[in-house]
Amino acid sequence: MDIIYSWFQQLNETTGINLPVFYNTFDRERFFSGLLVTIQLSVLSLIASVVIGVVGAWLQGSKLVWTRRIVQAYIQFFRNTPPLVQMYFFFFGLSALLPTVENEFGFQQPILGSFAWACISLSFFAGAFNVEIFRSGIEAVPETTREAAESLGYSRLGAYIHVILPLAFRVCLPALNNNLVNLVKTTTLAYAIAVPELLYVSGQIWSDYANVPEMMTLLLLIYVGLVGIVVLGMNRWERAMRLPGYGT
Amino acid sequence: MFKKLLTTTVMSVAALGVSASIAAADVLEDVEERGTLIAGVKADYPPFGYRSDDGDIVGLEIDLAEDIAERLGVDIELVPVVASNRMEFLDQGKIDVVIATMTNTEEREKVVDFVEPGHYASGTNILAPKKAGFTEWGDLEGKPVCGVQGAFYNRRTQQEYGAEMIAFKGTAEAYTALQQGRCLAFVYDDAALLGQLDKDAWSEFEMPLETIDESPWGMAVATGEDNFREKLTEIVIDWHGSGKILELEEEYGINNTPYAKRMHEEYKDN
Repeated sequence: MDIIYSWFQQLNETTGINLPVFYNTFDRERFFSGLLVTIQLSVLSLIASVVIGVVGAWLQGSKLVWTRRIVQAYIQFFRNTPPLVQMYFFFFGLSALLPTVENEFGFQQPILGSFAWACISLSFFAGAFNVEIFRSGIEAVPETTREAAESLGYSRLGAYIHVILPLAFRVCLPALNNNLVNLVKTTTLAYAIAVPELLYVSGQIWSDYANVPEMMTLLLLIYVGLVGIVVLGMNRWERAMRLPGYGT
Repeated sequence: MFKKLLTTTVMSVAALGVSASIAAADVLEDVEERGTLIAGVKADYPPFGYRSDDGDIVGLEIDLAEDIAERLGVDIELVPVVASNRMEFLDQGKIDVVIATMTNTEEREKVVDFVEPGHYASGTNILAPKKAGFTEWGDLEGKPVCGVQGAFYNRRTQQEYGAEMIAFKGTAEAYTALQQGRCLAFVYDDAALLGQLDKDAWSEFEMPLETIDESPWGMAVATGEDNFREKLTEIVIDWHGSGKILELEEEYGINNTPYAKRMHEEYKDN
């Protein structure tokens, strides 16, 4: 590792390409903690948004008119407002209305921190799209299939979980893939509410060293890598779930 | 014919150059001859230079600029400048002097001549609830501290004093976060924090630490204007010695800054 560190130091001295995240311990630690926060934020909101999508799409088919209306209102609100504004609204607006708790220093602090609010707002934002994505999948499942499941004695929920959803999943995976890639990129917005993720730590590093081009390039490469992992995983899943003769 | 024209042109250009360099040789004489001092000032940085309700530029630095004009026995013309154009204006001779919250840095030293000592200074301090009882920078260890993204002292606050930095995009977010209890302190420029402390919303807060990284704000003149710069140096020393800066701070509702107090001590016997 020392060879790598000194190589980057050498690179800075000889070419002026300054990447302190590789040779300065303090910067390396904060950069990697930023990477970790980005991954945590991505994974948590990815899972939560898919859960919201699945549950929301089921509620959309509910017989109760008010349940359907609430889901519709949720989609309209979160899909039609900018995620950055939502994050600010949650963090500074909504959070001020919630009860506070005493922290370890004996002061009152808001019950949820910036990371939690970033997770919540990102999940709800991507979740709103996921509901619609799953709806498109569900609607692609032929009505006769649902009737067949019911005739075999499945309840509405049972048919949804065991018959409709597995088929719907196969149809909507490409769209879901798109939305989840988008979600990973949208995590950078969390820097606005001081979540120490990758863009946040990079911003601090490039204002300390005035090495904006280098850090920007590094940042881009890392996001290409992160998104690549998501795409790879999703593509494998898509292949594994392929049913011969179903869909394309 | 052509040759003659060329010669005349060259001669007149040369003459212009000579007269220009003579004219630029001493701004102080220029100012006295013109009967007006043209000062570059801030118009968007209360309380140092800002627009009053009726549109006039007023403020602490404006009073200082007016004082210079008065001492020189000339009128004053105020030219609003911003950080990115003030040194250009000086260089082009659009203004005679810059007095616009300009921190004296090595980089700028290469482009303009600073009047030393500085007439004012700002440094880094924190705004914290009185209840927190911070007395030294080390007390911030392990505590959540709000800041503004990109500020140079964030690193020091985190690395040397062990604070847990929570940096926001702008000051408004950081002030809000501090009031909501998301952090126990806000680390920022002391001049700006002093301005906030004056407001009722911050009556339970204080600026308890010793100011660090203090750097002086200097007036600046074009390079080589030594006569003018020396004259201004005398004036600045007199401002410090007579306590004028301290008085102006009080007039504009700023608590006396450590720099102003220290400079007053240093020059009061002159």
